[in-house]
Amino acid sequence: MSGNHTIGEAAIRAGCKCYFGYPITPQNELGEYMAANLRRAGGVFVQSESETAAINMVVGGAATGARVMTSSSSPGISLKQEGISFLAGFELPAVIVNMMRGGPGMGNIAPAQGDYYQATRGGGHGDYRTPVLAPASVQELADLTMEAFNIADRYRTPVMLIGDGMMGQMKEPVVFPEPVKEFPEKKWALKGRGEGPSRYLASLILDGLEMERHNWKLVRKYQEIAERETRYELYLMEDADFAIVAYGTTARICKGAIKRARREGIRVGLIRPITLFPFPTKVLQEIAHRVKNFLVFEMSTGQMVDDVKLALADYQVDIAFHGRPGGVIPTPLEFARVINRHYLRMKK
Amino acid sequence: MKLENQWPKYYKKNVVTHYCPGCGHGIVHRIIAEVLEELDVGKRALLVCPAGCAVLAYHYLDIDVIESAHGRGTAIATGVSRANPDLFVISYQGDGDLSAIGTAETIHSANRGENITVIFINNAVYGMTGGQMAPTTLLDQGTTTSPLGRNAALDGYPLHITDVVAAFPGVAYAERVTVATPGGIKKTKKAITNAFQTQIEGLGYSIVEVLSPCPTNWKMTPLQACRWVVEEMSKEYKPGLLTDKREEKRKLKA
Repeated sequence: MSGNHTIGEAAIRAGCKCYFGYPITPQNELGEYMAANLRRAGGVFVQSESETAAINMVVGGAATGARVMTSSSSPGISLKQEGISFLAGFELPAVIVNMMRGGPGMGNIAPAQGDYYQATRGGGHGDYRTPVLAPASVQELADLTMEAFNIADRYRTPVMLIGDGMMGQMKEPVVFPEPVKEFPEKKWALKGRGEGPSRYLASLILDGLEMERHNWKLVRKYQEIAERETRYELYLMEDADFAIVAYGTTARICKGAIKRARREGIRVGLIRPITLFPFPTKVLQEIAHRVKNFLVFEMSTGQMVDDVKLALADYQVDIAFHGRPGGVIPTPLEFARVINRHYLRMKK
Repeated sequence: MKLENQWPKYYKKNVVTHYCPGCGHGIVHRIIAEVLEELDVGKRALLVCPAGCAVLAYHYLDIDVIESAHGRGTAIATGVSRANPDLFVISYQGDGDLSAIGTAETIHSANRGENITVIFINNAVYGMTGGQMAPTTLLDQGTTTSPLGRNAALDGYPLHITDVVAAFPGVAYAERVTVATPGGIKKTKKAITNAFQTQIEGLGYSIVEVLSPCPTNWKMTPLQACRWVVEEMSKEYKPGLLTDKREEKRKLKA
């Protein structure tokens, strides 16, 4: 099954009731899947007039307590940022998929990882973050899509699932978890006042001290998410004296490169952040006690590398970077050569 | 006479609004509260309040409310209504909100015939930000961003957005009214009742445009402002029924 279709099927199985989206390459197959299958499952599909409208439909749907999602690619995600900021302010759960493409501007439609900063730093205006999940296989797209809805509900926060055109288009076997039957109760959801008192959802907090309290409350929530939801994969790290850090598509390519490098006797392994926010800072720090050389691969000019440097600021380690932005997909051979070059430098 | 009994059920008690003297918002809020009670939909109502002076409507109306980003009211209302069709959904918006930044959302929610009601407060300026020119500002009308009066060559013409959407097949009911005279207020209540009934019957999109005084930003007394609505604004935006397709939609449903 293709990555984009997989996200759609996983979302339906996660109990997603509404999908709102606007066409943009390379994620159109997801919207198309929802148009056919979510409606068939009794859910709501609306092709909106813009990305901005789509994310605000998400706001409305989420406010009623329904599981809702939208998807787009880089330029469209920029347009959604206003709504994502409101979702964070309202503390509304929603899932936002970004199948990244080359940029800035129109860029191209090829796989890229240039939206790391935007995804992990909040992206829109104001003091907030969104949890970001970065799958690296079709199976993981299925698992993490379903988990994204759980995290969103558990912490009342928008959650971003981030991939790229390659993740969306590639086909792999996938085993879907059973459809979710029971959903968490959402006492805060707006359902009309009924016989009770009226309620409202607002992100407007005119009093500075009160707004500050809200800001710190969000920070505490992000700290809790960091403690409980940080995910990563370690690949061949047990005996490694050289660590690669990469996520998503790049991490897959790295695995091939690492196999090649290991055949030449280089004891290299991979640290793959699965959550980009929260970033797996602790595991990097633990590894930095024994590994002193880190090499960060990204399909960008270098964004996640900043988080690696922040995580290891107090450690005497060498952090190198190799990036291929613009929609260029590096090969395992290219990465293997880069690993080899840095390894030789490291051994000097 | 016991005044208590006349207080609308869905209007909060013992609150003083932040609206300026002579502002139309309070009148429209009260009418909404009254009609919600009369049609018995307040319990399942969800109001989408806008960026603008009415952003604090949740302090006055005693129903569930969600705030909207500027211009996005009908997109949020769409999401609410689609996710939970049992809810009675009102999007309350001003002229800058609905006919400038939210034009796309307005046009397309109307064109989809969403089963929602839009209450459109037209006061020909951006109120909360201090009286800037809006798409609805009259020609020659002075505002902080058209200090010499709106000049068609530079600033374009007053936008009749309700007339635009009234032509759409998805729009079941559209009427323009004023709250500048007692007669106008009565007609406003009738129009809002019709619009709400349209939604209750599931006939699709309904919109009521209310020409509403903004004395503070117009630099007028409340009385002068009401007069200006009647004598100037009503010439550009003629009050009256713009479309009523309820009968044909009832037939389609049957």
